[in-house]
Amino acid sequence: MRSPLSPEMATQEVPLNETLAHLKTESETLKLKLEEERAKLHDVELHQVAEKVEGLGQFVMKTRRTLKGHGNKVLCMDWCKDKRRIVSSSQDGKVIVWDAFTTNKEHAVTMPCTWVMACAYAPSGCAVACGGLDNKCSVYPLSLDKNENLAAKKKSVAMHTNYLSACSFTNSDMQILTSSGDGTCALWDVESGQLLQSFHGHAADVLCLDLAPSETGNTFVSGGCDKKANVWDMRSGQCIQSFETHESDINSVRYYPSGDAFASGSDDATCRLYDLRADREVAIYSKESIIFGVSSVDFSLSGRLLFGGYNDYTINVWDVLKGTRVSILFGHENRVSTLRVSPDGTAFCTGSWDHTLRVWILMC
Amino acid sequence: MTIRTVRPDRGQHFHPRMHCLKKLEATVVEMQDPKTGVKGSEQKLNVTTIPHVIAGNDIIAWITNKMKVTQEEAGVFGTMLVAYGYVYPLQNHKKLVMCNDGSLYRFQVPRSVFKTDESFLAHYNHLNEWLNHQWDFIVMQATEQYKAGKDRQKPDRVVLDCQERAYWIVNRPPVSLLSPALTDSNIFYQQAIMRSKVKSSVSLGALVKFITTYKNHDPFLAPCLPSNPWQTDHDAYWTLNMRRVEVPTKMRVERWSFSLFELLTDLRGRDDFKIFLKKEFSGENLAFWEAAEELKWGASSSMSAKAETIFKTFLAPGAPRWINIDGRTMGLTVKGLDHPHRYVLEAAQTHVFMLMKKDTFFRYLKSPTYKDIQKKALNPEAHNFSPAQLEQNAQNRNPGIDPIILWQQDEEEKAKAAAASAPVDVKAMMSKIDRKK
Repeated sequence: MRSPLSPEMATQEVPLNETLAHLKTESETLKLKLEEERAKLHDVELHQVAEKVEGLGQFVMKTRRTLKGHGNKVLCMDWCKDKRRIVSSSQDGKVIVWDAFTTNKEHAVTMPCTWVMACAYAPSGCAVACGGLDNKCSVYPLSLDKNENLAAKKKSVAMHTNYLSACSFTNSDMQILTSSGDGTCALWDVESGQLLQSFHGHAADVLCLDLAPSETGNTFVSGGCDKKANVWDMRSGQCIQSFETHESDINSVRYYPSGDAFASGSDDATCRLYDLRADREVAIYSKESIIFGVSSVDFSLSGRLLFGGYNDYTINVWDVLKGTRVSILFGHENRVSTLRVSPDGTAFCTGSWDHTLRVWILMC
Repeated sequence: MTIRTVRPDRGQHFHPRMHCLKKLEATVVEMQDPKTGVKGSEQKLNVTTIPHVIAGNDIIAWITNKMKVTQEEAGVFGTMLVAYGYVYPLQNHKKLVMCNDGSLYRFQVPRSVFKTDESFLAHYNHLNEWLNHQWDFIVMQATEQYKAGKDRQKPDRVVLDCQERAYWIVNRPPVSLLSPALTDSNIFYQQAIMRSKVKSSVSLGALVKFITTYKNHDPFLAPCLPSNPWQTDHDAYWTLNMRRVEVPTKMRVERWSFSLFELLTDLRGRDDFKIFLKKEFSGENLAFWEAAEELKWGASSSMSAKAETIFKTFLAPGAPRWINIDGRTMGLTVKGLDHPHRYVLEAAQTHVFMLMKKDTFFRYLKSPTYKDIQKKALNPEAHNFSPAQLEQNAQNRNPGIDPIILWQQDEEEKAKAAAASAPVDVKAMMSKIDRKK
């Protein structure tokens, strides 16, 4: 492997532009070799494997709850592990914790900034994290006393040099993973606010991230405006896999429940599935009639269905194996900005620029 | 009229959302074709006669036919045309939707301020459009940053300053004229080539297998028993599957058999596994794994204290819960504990996990403990509510228990369990006995 030449060597022996050309050709050769290696393993397509699988029937999915209370565009939401509570954030700076089952608002916080683009529920159910144009991610411990002012106990954890686009707790309340418009992701210790690890590699804003659900739990995937989806090792900060097949910004990434694949949604109006073990894209979910970007994607519990929230106000439901669309859902009156399936898979929730959140289920 | 579709994520460079707009514009052009487009006519609106007016239902019919979609989808597409300003309504100006009736619309006229120089015009339009998209965001971001700057406390400013310095130290422009980016990406490609990959048939086969295994557990593919709380407004499904139920459901117990990861992730399953391990006198592996997880995901401040406890309990020669791992891993781990970091136990933890996964887990599934819980497990009958009962349910939705209270209960249980299984300090016991004498 060539090591970078020191300046003296460069001026001494080999003319600079020749060395640069050398590196470039090496880069091209390596790229081709990687493609060759990938192609060797490419012995079957997903739809071929899917031929033996039973098709899906008709789906009737309906909205079972509409949560009204935000005064402006809903930008992000997350489920609590109790499968019924959610936290949502909006453009007007409000962060609300709801019991979606009863539709009661349980807590509300007003952030000192507008455009709260990211929010997350802590695994214990005792705190929420949020941030946006303030370039920070802050943690608010929740209280049983409904009159308590949550802003008083606020903890400032992450600090970026541009807006916060996404945040997620790891397996405990003690660490938070963030992504930012400054092109980086970072892992933080909540108690001290210390930066534990930073992840550099995206060439533009990072818009989304998701932690791997595997037994090792040491990786996460991020997507950005550079059209790349990167898989990172949390321990070393290294990018271990990278996929660049989308034609525009990647707004959402989500792991397949087994952790061996992930889906992405992009402004190019497609969702794609990437196989991590074979190291390649294996499916594109798109239609001629769908021309508006995907803002958010998530899988059903078994991984058979992929739900996508779109900028044309609709939700498209895809058969992950067969690549076909099984359902299109209408209801929101403006773009769908966020979509998450509940922890036990009984429902999924969408947030929209129409100021509302909706909880959808399969009607039996 | 230019619609502002602000997405606050174009801080660094202009991203024309030309993808969807190009397609949209192509369709709008086709719609205006005098022969094959949407039929326009003169319409009288109040007193005025307006030429080239098109009706909502005509537009939707044209889209339905042209794009071979349902009327509903065509309606959505039509609404996008209005939302992005290609078509504007003559009545109901405030609501920018396409109505599938006789509502009247017209195609928007492309604006041009300057009638001369083509390239200048193109440039101007470009800038104008970009600025329009960006302006709201620019103003908002500037206001926020100004406010944040004013409010920033000294510690914040110091941190930011350090961050900036660190960033530039790491990312300083290369001294040599060679691009380090190229060498970095070459290293990346090399590693990518060397990384082990599997054949598609294997990995895709695994994806299909996963789906098949979990098919009946997916509420979007099979009904959940007794019923989906969101459908019937009855939360029995959740109360039957709580963390600390005495008797779990059959579906839940079946899921534990899918993988060791499932068994351990469901804390009720982990409890059952612990019962089995106790009978086998081999609980230390799981205890070590749990302790290692605590270290990995815990707060930085408690890390060295935890590392020390783990060493004393599991790894030190003669430790009360000594784990049996190979000499090499043991050596590396103990050495690493000299300067503990959160991943210092990674190798040992993986070793222990693999041991449990390949051996203990399968013995558990064949054991009387598991067979017993399988027999005892509940199989709830499907709910069959009448419409009146469903009304009742909707009025009386159970508020459940606040997660904060559940967490407090959990912490108490954990403390009790830790006290019960703490290694016996022989010395302390002896001196206690001595003092009693």
